[in-house]
Amino acid sequence: MMAERPENLIPTIGVIKDIRVDTPDIKTFTVVTRDGKKPFDHKPGQCAMLSIPGVGEAMFSITSSPTVTDRMEFSVKKCGRLTDILHQTEIGQEITIRGPYGRPFPVDTDFKGKDLLFISGGVGLAPIHSVIDYCLNNRENYGKIAIVYGSRSKNDLLDIDEINNVWAKAENTDVYLTIDRAQEGWNGHVGFVPNYVTELGFDTSMTAVLCGPPIMIKFTLQGLYSQGFKPEQIYTTLEMRMKCGIGKCGRCNVGSKYVCKDGPVFRFDELSQLPDEY
Amino acid sequence: MIYSCEISHLDDLFKEISSFEKLYLPVDENESLSSRYEVYSEGKKMSDRLNTVRSPKDFFFPQTENLMAFKTEGKKIDIIDVRQENEDFAVFGVRACDARAFKVLDNVFLKDVPDSYYADRRAHGTIISLACSRPVETCFCHTFDIDPTEPDGDVKSWKTEEKLYLEPVTEKGNKFIEKLLSVSDILKEEGTETPADVAKQKEQTKKIIKKLPLYSLSKEKFGAGKTEEYFNSPEWDKLSESCLGCGTCTFVCPTCQCYDIKDFKTNNGVIRYRCWDSCMYSDFTMMAAGQPRHHQKERFRQRFMHKLVYYPTDYDGLFSCVGCGRCLQKCPIHMNIAKVMKTLTPVSDGGDK
Repeated sequence: MMAERPENLIPTIGVIKDIRVDTPDIKTFTVVTRDGKKPFDHKPGQCAMLSIPGVGEAMFSITSSPTVTDRMEFSVKKCGRLTDILHQTEIGQEITIRGPYGRPFPVDTDFKGKDLLFISGGVGLAPIHSVIDYCLNNRENYGKIAIVYGSRSKNDLLDIDEINNVWAKAENTDVYLTIDRAQEGWNGHVGFVPNYVTELGFDTSMTAVLCGPPIMIKFTLQGLYSQGFKPEQIYTTLEMRMKCGIGKCGRCNVGSKYVCKDGPVFRFDELSQLPDEY
Repeated sequence: MIYSCEISHLDDLFKEISSFEKLYLPVDENESLSSRYEVYSEGKKMSDRLNTVRSPKDFFFPQTENLMAFKTEGKKIDIIDVRQENEDFAVFGVRACDARAFKVLDNVFLKDVPDSYYADRRAHGTIISLACSRPVETCFCHTFDIDPTEPDGDVKSWKTEEKLYLEPVTEKGNKFIEKLLSVSDILKEEGTETPADVAKQKEQTKKIIKKLPLYSLSKEKFGAGKTEEYFNSPEWDKLSESCLGCGTCTFVCPTCQCYDIKDFKTNNGVIRYRCWDSCMYSDFTMMAAGQPRHHQKERFRQRFMHKLVYYPTDYDGLFSCVGCGRCLQKCPIHMNIAKVMKTLTPVSDGGDK
């Protein structure tokens, strides 16, 4: 061992302490260190590299808020080699973890005192979950909070219990849920997220955070712009393939930026300076 | 201080160096048609060719290297640090282009969050550069403000008809010369003035440079902040049309540093290693969620935009091409950065981004 030479690429051990089945293809994994602690501190919007040796390593957004100090949570959609195997693991399985990586949401600066509008679709809730929790835990620092969240069906809504029992009941906080197509047992709104956001007609002084599939982002943005929102008040978080997490391996390079260290959180006026390759 | 040794004693000098540390020397292969680095042993002759096929970046950022190992048992995982302390070594005959390439690599691997694998090799490796006296038609280091008669490196050297001159320029270089002097019978102090035969050689080299086919190639229209001018250039289509996506340009490039990290299973565990990768490959950016660069054109553009615009934007205007000419010699479809630089013209209004 060469402890005197710190190396970012060498991870630490994490233990899967709990697995929650959220939707048919999304599970939320609770990860702690071997001695039962939170692996490291982080800020909302930051990511961590998780791996199962022999399968692979990939970047995941940290779903739990920094205000959760005894564990870390990751909502993971089953969609590739590593996530397939992750979904097959059982409680007690060890994985490797390193981080935190990336530029977080400016929760303690630009967001402070603002009315916040969170718009999300599908597993896109995972990265902004930590921001919402953080803001609700520091409620006095922010104005009105509105959350629009949609998914394919009611079975695909992530964290529905927490949304209904915590977020919807929070002070000065409105939650708007929608699903793509009508479904038995669903009395809520039916329709795509972008249209719903336009229908709801939010105050254009709000600061918006978008995360979801590219098609949702594209049309939601168009709607927000036509209502008078400016790129400077809309944030998103990008996804690119990553290997190192520290701006060296080259994979997440977009223009002169590296999504792993300069992002993943960007404002749309910043993105407009970059080539459209993300 | 400049030191010298008679050319007839060159082999003895190499022997002396290799008595205290491992010495890598460029040697001829394929009946002198190309050269490669080999560990010096008695009788090996230094190649007089300009560039080795593979650049000396290999010594600091090898094509593959093990990063760590894992032992897994049931649900348990143990991480094993496989890093070893490197021993001192010297790389001789690094040309000016390749010597400058380390400045480009250092920015990536040593700044911000340092890479301990690269950093340790850099700490232990002494680069002894060698001034060029006969630049060839694929050379264009002068385009990037590199003077092939005054190369970077820990120790600079000049080889004339009569003598090999060595001048230490860094702390590491000074230590190297001290070590060499302590064992050497043939290394002599030459003084601080440029020797007459070196001055003459420099003058001749500069004359040759002016006659090179790429002498007029200019970098001035590229550089930091020029994304809008070139990203949507219609010329990328034609330029990239024949690109095979083979990645040869990347692998021979002394500044390309993109890498992949992968695992392989052994009989009793897992080894995680990294290996060179190329932004020219289709799976470089492939994700479960999609592919941001669908076509070879976009991957081709990424490589050249990175060298000519993105890298200079990130690192004070320094370009990540050093004009070594390897890609000019090796590309199977004869496409290369010089052609790209000549062809691209700035899109004045930024195009339809």
